[in-house]
Amino acid sequence: MKHTISVLVENHPGVLSRVSGLFARRGFNIESLAVGTTAQPDVSCITIVVDDKENVVEQINKQLNKLIDVIKLKDFTPDEIVSRELMLIKVNSTSQTRGEIAELAKIAGAKIADITRNSITLECCDTTDRLENLLDLCRPYGLKQVIRTGTIALEKGNEQLTID
Amino acid sequence: MISVSQAIVTCLEREGVQVVFGYPGAAICPFYDALSQSDIRHILVRTEQNAGHAANGYARMTGKPGVCVVTSGPGATNLITGISTAYMDSIPMVAITGQVSSELLGRDVFQEVDITGSVEPFIKHSYLVKDPSQIGRIFKEAFYIAGTGRPGPVLIDIPVDIQKTMIDFSYPKDVHIRSYKPSTKGHVGQIRKAAEVIRKAKRPLICAGGGVFGAKATEELLAFSKKTRLPVVHTMMGISAVPADYPLDYGMIGMHGVKPANYAIGHADVLILVGSRVGDRSVPNPDSISNKKTVIHIDIDPAEIGKNVEATIPVVGDVKLILKQLTDEMKETDFGRWIDELNEVKVTTQYDLSDRQNAVNPKLLVHKLSEKAEKRSVLVADVGQNQIWAANGFAFQEGRFLTSGGMGTMGYSVPAAMGAKLASPDREVIAICGDGSFQMSSMELATICQHQIPIKIIVMCNNRLGMVRELQAKQYDNNLAAVFLDGSPDFVKLAEAYRIPAMRIDSDGEIDRAIDALLQAKGQFLLQVTVDPLESTL
Repeated sequence: MKHTISVLVENHPGVLSRVSGLFARRGFNIESLAVGTTAQPDVSCITIVVDDKENVVEQINKQLNKLIDVIKLKDFTPDEIVSRELMLIKVNSTSQTRGEIAELAKIAGAKIADITRNSITLECCDTTDRLENLLDLCRPYGLKQVIRTGTIALEKGNEQLTID
Repeated sequence: MISVSQAIVTCLEREGVQVVFGYPGAAICPFYDALSQSDIRHILVRTEQNAGHAANGYARMTGKPGVCVVTSGPGATNLITGISTAYMDSIPMVAITGQVSSELLGRDVFQEVDITGSVEPFIKHSYLVKDPSQIGRIFKEAFYIAGTGRPGPVLIDIPVDIQKTMIDFSYPKDVHIRSYKPSTKGHVGQIRKAAEVIRKAKRPLICAGGGVFGAKATEELLAFSKKTRLPVVHTMMGISAVPADYPLDYGMIGMHGVKPANYAIGHADVLILVGSRVGDRSVPNPDSISNKKTVIHIDIDPAEIGKNVEATIPVVGDVKLILKQLTDEMKETDFGRWIDELNEVKVTTQYDLSDRQNAVNPKLLVHKLSEKAEKRSVLVADVGQNQIWAANGFAFQEGRFLTSGGMGTMGYSVPAAMGAKLASPDREVIAICGDGSFQMSSMELATICQHQIPIKIIVMCNNRLGMVRELQAKQYDNNLAAVFLDGSPDFVKLAEAYRIPAMRIDSDGEIDRAIDALLQAKGQFLLQVTVDPLESTL
């Protein structure tokens, strides 16, 4: 099952390599990984999405917790979180297809970030599933390049993940 | 104002460090300059790996972090095996490495290596010192992290320019690491559940691992078993956790374990793992436990719960405290029929102590050594057949068994014995190794002489890598590849070249005289023992 793990870590050099190295050496697969600062400048949040058996996910959580730089973590199932990912798609376009793509972007809630004679760059921030859907719709026009940030997530409701 | 190097020495003094093991080089020279002004004893090993093993042996006897110091580049990379060996056996250690000047970091200068990156997969924590003012905090944290929770090695990498920087220094009194709060007491509800399961069990069994020593909980283990009359087996790391003459001890489990222990673990209905991660050599088929037994798993490291075997009742925390809690929770129990059954296996198990022709029976040698050595002796076994002969043949009373259990690092015994002897000068310390493993650390004979470390060394010689030979015989159609040690020196002459008294024996008839000579020697002594190449491990 898919799990999203929010990991609060000390914001100093080498921490990301410790976290990613742990996944590599224990053979855990990462679906996506995103890092950023939090409201506290000395704390970063690493959001990791994994898709594995429950006992493996449990080991991932425990092994992450063992890292001295990991202050706190919380593991979520998909229905417990609001999650977003940013994607930029550069798609081929001609004068004939430009209008169609623009319409498609509008329906999908994507913005047009850049436009040239031969291409349109779309910007979309949404859940992973909806991004996949947009990607499928754009594919027939010819994808020049696709780039994604990895998922970030917050727990639904009033709960907050803090270091205290 | 003092230099960072002087500050480091002060940190070590404040942590009560009396001995460090190391090897200098350009990038650690400022520290050595300061160290020479201190009362801390420095033991100059002959290769950096052995600084790690010596610190390991020292730590296991003192129960406090052992300290090793090396230079940058090859000094640091040579230490890697010492660090990984300590990590696998959860031994507390603080490793100090010199590093190239901080402004040159990342430019591949002479003797530069990313050591914190290199050791990352097998170290508890590491620091690269960039801010000289943080040196006190870093050392305070390093010793705290190494020695608490599940113990392990911590590395501090210090660029040479930073070692020379002048700072205002005071050693912190306390540690505040917001991300590191090792658990201590066990959950009361879990302990009650565990006690209930044990009470209802028909064939319960304790399996003790190295964590019993990590938690300094040998007395609590014995008290628990005595009150409940629960039988005890142990892993290799758990050898000497209970005295060998304790009637409820059934020996070592696993691939190279003894029959009573493996019978016990095979037939138990409730298994109480105490500070044991039950690695693959202890339990080759973990499903046989997960599927058939109720497992009570007591460990300080929550990540060990469910890693190798599924635990029915996990109890996370300090093994010493949990055993006390559990003992208090238990009423006296009696598993008489189960004990009778185990005793029957025990008395009918034969251990081969028969005489050999034209060679020494290594099992007989260990048996006799065990009879003659003082009760508190420390036996340090290397890796290979010698390790198993030592593990299964020596009856520990108040002594200790040390070996590289997790990593299986050949060459461990001699340097680890040096460390153990320096930590416990009043105990007899005996290293047992093979002719393969001895040659991985034989350069340390010089260290032993230079620093007058009176350890006793037994080298079992079959001119083979005996355990690999056995493996090739059984699983590779007897295709013996690269296991012959032709070219080895005469070890007696080698020892004598270092001015170490030595003796060689080739038959069982000489064992008594040889062991007497070994044990009566005031200083260091080497005994070379001829063993039949076809001698089996078990």
